[in-house]
This record gives sequence, structure tokens and C-alpha cells, in this order.
Amino acid sequence: MADTDASRESGLLAPNAGPALRRRNRYQIRLQIIGMAAIGFALLMLVILVGSLIASGYKAFTQTHLTLDVFIDPAEIQVERLPRGGFDDVIETALLKKFPTVEGRAETRALTDILSNGAQFQLRDRIVENPSLIGQTIRVTVPVSDRFDQLNKGLVDRSTPEELRQVKDQAIAWFDQLKQSGAISKPLNWALLTNADSRFPELAGLKGALVGSFWALLVCFVISFPLGIGAAIYLEEFAPRNRFSDLIEVNINNLAAVPSVVFGLLALAVFLGWFGLPRSAPLVGGMTLALMTMPTIIIATRAALKSVPPSIRQAALGVGASKHQVVFGHVLPLAMPGILTGTIIGLAQALGETAPLLLIGMNAFITSAPGSPLDSATALPTQIFIWADSPERGFVSRTSAAILVLLTFLIAMNALAIYLRSKFERKW
Amino acid sequence: MSFIPVFVLILLWLALQGPVITAIVMNSLPDGALEGLDSGARQLIQAEISSIAAGNIFGTPEPWKMEAARQLVRLHDISVWALLAITLGLSGALVLFSRRRVSAEFRARHGVERIVSGLMIFCAVVAIFVTLGIIGSLLFETLKFFEKVPFTKFLFGINWEPQIPIREGQVAAAGAFGWVPVILGTMVITVVALVLAVPVGLMSAIYLNEFAPKWFRATAKPLLEILAGVPTVVYGFFAILVVAPVIRDFGQSLGLDVSPNTALAAGGVMGVMLIPFISSFADDALSAVPQALREGALGLGATRAEMMTTVLFPAAIPGIVGGVLLAVSRAIGETMIVVMAAGLMAKMTINPLESVTTVTVQIVTLLIGDTSFDNPKTLAAFALGMMLFIVTLVINVFALRIVRKYREAYD
Repeated sequence: MADTDASRESGLLAPNAGPALRRRNRYQIRLQIIGMAAIGFALLMLVILVGSLIASGYKAFTQTHLTLDVFIDPAEIQVERLPRGGFDDVIETALLKKFPTVEGRAETRALTDILSNGAQFQLRDRIVENPSLIGQTIRVTVPVSDRFDQLNKGLVDRSTPEELRQVKDQAIAWFDQLKQSGAISKPLNWALLTNADSRFPELAGLKGALVGSFWALLVCFVISFPLGIGAAIYLEEFAPRNRFSDLIEVNINNLAAVPSVVFGLLALAVFLGWFGLPRSAPLVGGMTLALMTMPTIIIATRAALKSVPPSIRQAALGVGASKHQVVFGHVLPLAMPGILTGTIIGLAQALGETAPLLLIGMNAFITSAPGSPLDSATALPTQIFIWADSPERGFVSRTSAAILVLLTFLIAMNALAIYLRSKFERKW
Repeated sequence: MSFIPVFVLILLWLALQGPVITAIVMNSLPDGALEGLDSGARQLIQAEISSIAAGNIFGTPEPWKMEAARQLVRLHDISVWALLAITLGLSGALVLFSRRRVSAEFRARHGVERIVSGLMIFCAVVAIFVTLGIIGSLLFETLKFFEKVPFTKFLFGINWEPQIPIREGQVAAAGAFGWVPVILGTMVITVVALVLAVPVGLMSAIYLNEFAPKWFRATAKPLLEILAGVPTVVYGFFAILVVAPVIRDFGQSLGLDVSPNTALAAGGVMGVMLIPFISSFADDALSAVPQALREGALGLGATRAEMMTTVLFPAAIPGIVGGVLLAVSRAIGETMIVVMAAGLMAKMTINPLESVTTVTVQIVTLLIGDTSFDNPKTLAAFALGMMLFIVTLVINVFALRIVRKYREAYD
């Protein structure tokens, strides 16, 4: 407004220009506000997305545990019969001892429901490791079942009418009593990272998915990195400008935009159908992801090669190097930081890719981590998909937690790429 | 260098010995052992035999299984010894061969460079093989599908009910494989996504390109890029965790009947995913408009907003249209958001409050947990995949051409 006034005073503007100019300026301000609102909306969505995931996911990073003094009854558990034995009876007896008033099958059942299904196996593993504990009373800390974990984390509304609640009043009273006696603790949930998948939310972990994703990414890298660099060097440095090279170029650009689910169909028909490779294997997943990552790597590598100044090439050629020696001895090493950055970003994309892995069966329910790329496995994103589909309430927060783990990996990979770029980037 | 062939041989041998030995063992099973069993049961038997061979015997398996397991172990031993012998022999031969070749006149570098050039050409051609592989495998299965279901029934049928078991000869009569409702649902969700993403993306690009202070642009752009880097399975979970309940509650408060997996939730979340995509394309297109046009407009007395809407934006339209088209092809091919948040039933409706299904949802649901390639249900997924591939390919080629042609016009 200030310069309108100034212009008017100096007589540069027509006397009736004021209202029109004000209108035009208002239009500019309106456009800016709409633009800011648009960005604000997009950023707000980002905040809501991350915020809601953290809000529902952070609770899965702890797990409610129950500490019990268990008498390892030699009548139930004998050294000769290990690893078999009545571990469930032993641990349930310990819990029942805390509540002498509980009687009858139904009540006992309701009380022992507090214990996780995995509690007896944790006890078993401990005894198998150290059989001399038989006959002694030992203190064990075991996870409680999902319902009581939810209760302890305040996710069960105690004011709901009892018949609509999964946890009954009696059970809540028992649980509160245990809590008052200090038997309930809520340590960090390492099982989320060290356990494989399970049908019981309190036991389910991401180990299988992490290992599966690792194998798949390794295979993906081993295949797509050399192929991508080879293709990029050929196209950028050696290929004659003819129809054939054009065809390859158009092809690569289009491959980068083919929907990912189509790559899944290709893998299903070719890798599983014709080659007969095993279903659900990270090897096949990695091969599929490699096909999708290759265009990204090719495009990044070509950009990196292009940014190496011609003077380097000319200098090397000038002292008598062959074309190959120029490329592999000088241009490629100088372009490496850019290539690595592009590769890491491509691998980060591959890590989050889900649809093609679903089609080759990497959404199977598998309770152990894969030992090799040929074993059945899940990957992080498919594990998220499985958990998101599971009806148990405990899986909601676990899905969010798994997503947070996945996002952490993606952020770490991208941060590494940015670091590499800033550290090794050269201005010529 | 001479050890490369040996190394390749070892890798191939190790990769192939498992399947080959298994095939030999399975073929040598007594007659009738596998008769009438489907592939799942065969795999079970195979797994049982290999676990016996590894020494884990549960109960008392039939004698033929024990025999097969013994044969498996024997073949395995033979294979390992044969590999050792052949590797040593081949290495020796190659070393001798190299020794004979080495002389003052031998130009090793030329040979190596020829091999390396060949390898690089091979790498470049792999991209073509992948495309051919996609087209070939889709075409192959799609043709098998059209042997069972007539092409016209697929293209014009308005009923999509693949889950219903279909007896021989009933397929065509039932007309359960008409893709019209599926593609209609895809379009509903795509339109919802674009209605959100195009205005928001364009306005943010306009603001970032022309009006934003430098520091704001430097922070907002990477933040928008984060939105583009979030895996789609995360968006899918976001849609069912947050967006769908909000939309349902809001709809109910207005007295509307909103389905639990409404197209609005899936489309809206997909729109959020596409915002940075459209915004960065529009930003590039606006930046590509030559400086002279900006300066000309400002010099004639236009405000910056007028320059933007009357000069820059129209000049950038072709690039922006190209970006929007690419976004359309993204939206059509997007899988995880719709698999998690959209419906499974195909309906002939364009009401975004109802639950619709999409091409990608059908592909995934038809193929999860079923890999036999002989029933129309599985093959239908490939037919849909073929359609998806063609549609997105046409849009992509068209969009890339627009973008490229427009760039050349100003250079």
C-alpha cells in the first residue's frame, strides 16, 4: 500500500487507479493465502499421519509382565523328559497360590487367562538351559496376555458395562490386586524385535520380517546394482545414438512407471510359475524388487556420470588411456558418491514396497525367522499388512509400532544418502 | 579371470542341485504314491522326505518314504563329489589354457574390454527383457483366460463375481467376469484422489515457486518429499486407522449412510500421497518457463499474482498436464492403499460414499493364497493386470511425450 500512496503523490498513477490496484493487490494476497493453505494442508496431513502412528504405536514398545515365584515341581518336570513336561501346570499353580480363594474350573480358567500363552515356553526354555533348577523355587517374569496388557495400558474402558467387555470385573479385581502387590511391571518390549510372528499379540515380533527384508534387500542389491550400473555406463558412455539405444531408453523410463503390482504378476508367472522357485522366499522377493529398483539406479547413475566434467575424460584420453580405462579408472570413481546415493534411495523404496511381495506369497504366517533366502519369510511391509488385517486389538498398536520401525529404517537410509551426498559431492 | 567360469559353474550347480535332486527323487517314488494328489499334498510329502533325510524322523514313516530319503542323501553326496571333481578339473584346464595363451604378443586388454563391453550391453538389454517378460507372461495367461471367458463378456460385462465357484460351461452364461464395475470403481477412487491432489498440489507449487521466502521453500519442499517417500502400506493403515472412522462419523452426523470402507477414505488418502508428486511436477514446469516471460509480464505492470495466473501458469500448462497424467497412472496402479481401505465387492456405482473395488484390489485378492494357473479365477487376475499395464503404459507414454515436447519448445 505504501508505494501506491507514494506513486499517487508523485502523480505517476491515474487518479482512479487506487481501487483497481487495491483489488489487484487483494487478488495477490488471496492467491498467496490459498497457496499457504494448500501447503499447510499437506504438512498438516504429514503431522496427523506421523502423530496418529506414534500415538497408537508407542504403547506397543512396552509390554506388561507378571513376576511369579514358581516352584519347579519335580513331579511335573523331570530331566529325562525335557523339553516336555507340565510347564503350564507349574506356572499356573504359582499364580493360583497368590489367590487361595479361587476355586472351580471356570474361575481357575479365568484367572490363568492373565498369563500369556507364551509364558510356559519361556519357563521351559529356561529350565532346558539349566535343568538343575528343577526342584527349586525360581522367580520368573513372563508376559501377560493381550487383554490384560491392554487393561494395564489403559486401553480398556472400565466404565463399559461388564457384558460388553472382554475383561470381566472379577479379572480386573485380580489384576489390580497383582498390581498392588508389585508383581506387574511394564518393561521395554524387546520381544517386538527379537520374536518372530505369532498369533498372540503379546508374543508377536518383527524378527522374521526384519530378517526377511534383509535377505530380500541383499538379493535386490546384488542383482540391481551391477546390472543398473552396467546398463547406465553403456547408455551414457558407449552406446551409439541409434534406434536401438532409443528403444532401451524409452523402455527404462517406462519400466520406472509400471505399477508395482504388475511386477508381482511377472514374478508370479515367471519366477514361480516357469522357473519353479519356492513361494514366499526372500530370494524371489529380492529378484522382483531388483527389477523395480534397476530403473531407479540406472537413472541415478546416468545423472552422476553426466555430472563428471568432460575435462576429466579429455585429460585421461590425452595421456593415452583407452575409453574403458577412462570410464572405469576415472569417471566411475568420481561418480560413485552420486551412484551410491541413488542406490540407497532406490533400496529404501524397495524396502517399503508391498504389493509385489503379496503376490509371491510373502504374507504367509511364519513363526520363525528365515535362515536363508530360500526359506519362507515375510518382509517388514507385508508383516504390517498381516497385522493390520488381524482382528486382535493388540495388533493395532503393534501395526503402528511396526510402521514406526519401518519408517525409522527408511529415515536412516535416506539420512545416509543425504550424508553421502553432502560429504562427497564435488563442485567442479 | 580364468576362475570366473568356474565360479559361475559352482553357483549354477548349487542353485540347481536342490530342485534337480528333488525332481529325481519325486519321480522315483513308487507308482501310485502321488496319484490323485494336488500340488500342496505333493509338497507336503516332499518336505517330509527331506526332513527324514535330515535326520528328523517323527513316528514311523512308510518304507517308501524312508527309501526316498536314503536316495536323497545318496544323490546329495554324489552331487557334492561330482561338483568337487568337475571344479578341480575345469580349473586345471583353464589354468593350462591361460598359460599357453600368455605371450609377449597377447593383447589381454583388448580381450577384457570386449568382454566388459559385452557384459554392459547385456545389462542394458535386461531392461528390454523385463518389459518383454511382463508383456509375455501377461499375454500368455490372459490368452488362456480368454479361452475360458469370451473377450466381449470381459470387456462389456457389468457383473464381477469371481469368488463364486463356477462349474464347467457355466462361465460364459453366468457372465461373472465383466470388468466394467471394477474399472468404474478404479475411476471413482482416482477421481476422488485427483480432486484432492490437483488443487492442493498446484496451489502449493504456485506458492513455493513464486511467493515463498527462500527459507520456507527450503524447509517445505523436503517435508513434502517425505510425504512422497512414505510406503503405501503405511497410507493404507492410516486410511483404516484414522481417515475412514472420521469420514464415517462425520457422515453419520450429517445423517448420511457411509459404508465402512468408503471410496472417499481410500481416494482421499491416495490424494494426500499424490500431492507432492503433482506439486513437484508443477514446480518443475513453472521453473522451466523462461525468465524472459516473467520479466516481460512484470515489466508491463502486472502484479506477481497476475503474472502467475495469466502468463506463467498458461505457459506451464503442458508440463502440468503431463504431471497430472502421470499422477492418474499412479492412482490407477496404486495397490496397497486400496487393498487395505477399499472394498472387495464390485458395484456399478459412482457414489464415493459407497464401497467400491479397483483393478489392483481384485488382482491381489484373486491371487493371494492361490497359485494354480488353470482356473479362470487366477487367470482373471492376469487379464486385469494386462489391462492395467496397457492403460498405464498408454497414459505414461502420452504424458512423457507431452512433458518432453514442451521442454524442447523453450530450450
